[in-house]
Amino acid sequence: MSLTTAHSVVAPSANSKRIAGAIIIAYALISIVPLLWIFATSFKTPPDSIAYPPKILFQPSLEGYCNLFTTRTRQTPEYINSLGPATTFCDETTRKRNMVIAGPSNFLPRFVNSLIIAFGSTFCAVFLGTLSAYGFSRFKVPLADDLLFFILSTRFMPPIAVAIPIYLMYRELGLSDTALGMILLYTAVNVSLAVWLLKGFIDEIPREYEEAAMIDGYTRLQAFWRTVLPQATTGIAATAIFCLIFAWNEYAFAALLTSGTAQTAPPFIPTIIGEGGQDWPAVAAGTTIFLVPILVFTILLRKQLLRGITFGAVRK
Amino acid sequence: MTARPVPPLARDAVQINSIVETIQVTEVGLTMLNRTADSVARATPEPLARKVRGISDKGLAWLFISPTILLLLAINIFPLFWAIYLSFTNYRANRPGEVVKNLGFANYQRILGDKDIWIAMQTTAHFVFWTILLQTVIGFTLAWLIDRKFRGHAFWTTIILVPMMLSPAVVGNFWRFLYEPQIGLFAYAISFVTGIPATHIEMLSNVSLAPWSIVIVDTWMWTPYVMLICLAGLRSIPEYIYEAAEVDRASNWRQFWSITLPMALPFIMLAVLFRGIENFKMFDMVNLLTGGGPGSTTEVASITLKRQAFESWRTGYSSAFAIILFVAVFGLANIYVKALNKVKQR
Repeated sequence: MSLTTAHSVVAPSANSKRIAGAIIIAYALISIVPLLWIFATSFKTPPDSIAYPPKILFQPSLEGYCNLFTTRTRQTPEYINSLGPATTFCDETTRKRNMVIAGPSNFLPRFVNSLIIAFGSTFCAVFLGTLSAYGFSRFKVPLADDLLFFILSTRFMPPIAVAIPIYLMYRELGLSDTALGMILLYTAVNVSLAVWLLKGFIDEIPREYEEAAMIDGYTRLQAFWRTVLPQATTGIAATAIFCLIFAWNEYAFAALLTSGTAQTAPPFIPTIIGEGGQDWPAVAAGTTIFLVPILVFTILLRKQLLRGITFGAVRK
Repeated sequence: MTARPVPPLARDAVQINSIVETIQVTEVGLTMLNRTADSVARATPEPLARKVRGISDKGLAWLFISPTILLLLAINIFPLFWAIYLSFTNYRANRPGEVVKNLGFANYQRILGDKDIWIAMQTTAHFVFWTILLQTVIGFTLAWLIDRKFRGHAFWTTIILVPMMLSPAVVGNFWRFLYEPQIGLFAYAISFVTGIPATHIEMLSNVSLAPWSIVIVDTWMWTPYVMLICLAGLRSIPEYIYEAAEVDRASNWRQFWSITLPMALPFIMLAVLFRGIENFKMFDMVNLLTGGGPGSTTEVASITLKRQAFESWRTGYSSAFAIILFVAVFGLANIYVKALNKVKQR
């Protein structure tokens, strides 16, 4: 058996590279199938989506997207015929199933909630995280090690364990089911990651820059603003992406602490039901729309991923 | 992925416990700098300078750090202490008016003697053990293969990474559809390969298959994560060690067992730590995929906690369980980190 490693002086033989490539490509293709299936299902009609055997080739339809954004009621054919001609594509598709559109669904407001809460909490976490990371990196803070460990240890708690007292606290403060409450909570969860990641980045910026700036007449704060921040932008961007992905994907707190006005998309999407069970094309459509932003981020920022997921433990 | 090697192991890996670099500027240097800066700042009357001239470096440090600490105290530590208090009472969140009685350690005693809790812990252990085993073996193998840098490896690595970036809840929900016995793609694919009729592959309703259904989805989602950390480990091994081994005519097999694996081990252990903590807390994917069912066959600890806290409303009792879980994660992680540090120092 030939077990050449990539590092040996003898470069991996062409043959071993070919076998490695084939295995990796096979794994990648299999692991991506569920995603492709979500995407395909979102363009199926409800009958096509539950056909046996599962349909790989089908006539694409936007019915799932129509159903995602609307609520519908069943009507008699006579009533439907008495209506004027269908005005939109969704109108027409709905009528073919003996139903009429009753109004917009909650998907859009839930999606907007997700955007507000994810971006709001990311901004706050990165803002606070940058300040703290700079503080820990540049000043002699008493008990710095203990404080940093304390900040990190807040991530050990199971979300449900934290959710019980938070639920009670928010009920007292009137923060239950509010965007502000969720932003505060996600900021608190993310800020520990932000401090650790950003401290790593800021540690690597030579302090001579600030010292030079301060000798040139800048105050400490100005030096921070004009020399450190511009150099830390890559790190700040990478940190922001991680906070954003967490806040965007979070489910446990959202499901337990929000139910109506501030509900985000992850607890909402599984509740999309049609007649006789889950409306899979609509669920798939919602899932697709929900996943697209993260897919784009993953592809654009794949190089920063490594550092972030290991808590900055792996330095480049 | 960029292939730049990472610096020596001593600096890498587990920062969880202690590796926090101390700030190197001495106090003397800092105050001297301060004085220079202050005098210069006084000479340049900029509006911002005027506003902050009074703030010393020490003041600025606290100004920068305290908001984070305050937020964490309010949203993390205060609730934790509240939960500790509640765990000694019979409080029920759905009956706010009722008189709260102090029970002492009764909740803790009841939990440790509760058969259902121990079954939930066993379910959690099964889930954590198998997901970590599968993810480590598959993840390391993938990393080791990718490290051969065949043509197009960067592109395919990105494709492999995709599942771990997605929302476990939203994707877990969709897996219910894939697992459907008749119409689901998973059941169809398995029956296509094995010849077992698709209607017999009831991943979610069969008592003996359901625990594996959550293992499969978790492995699918998180193997890329383990793979990434292993890849970082493999790339941190300095080339000269292999060159030396080559000079000594060590076989490839020997090189793998005495260089590659031991040197990547701290990274593998780091991945196991991160996944272990996460899966011990696992809630979202399992809640949507099986909801703990059928019966309680997939009821991992977090699901039990949710059922007790938000369905039975036994707030005091579930707080005690939450504290026990927290202490368990914390304790196990600490022991593990000690072991990891030992491996690293070898």
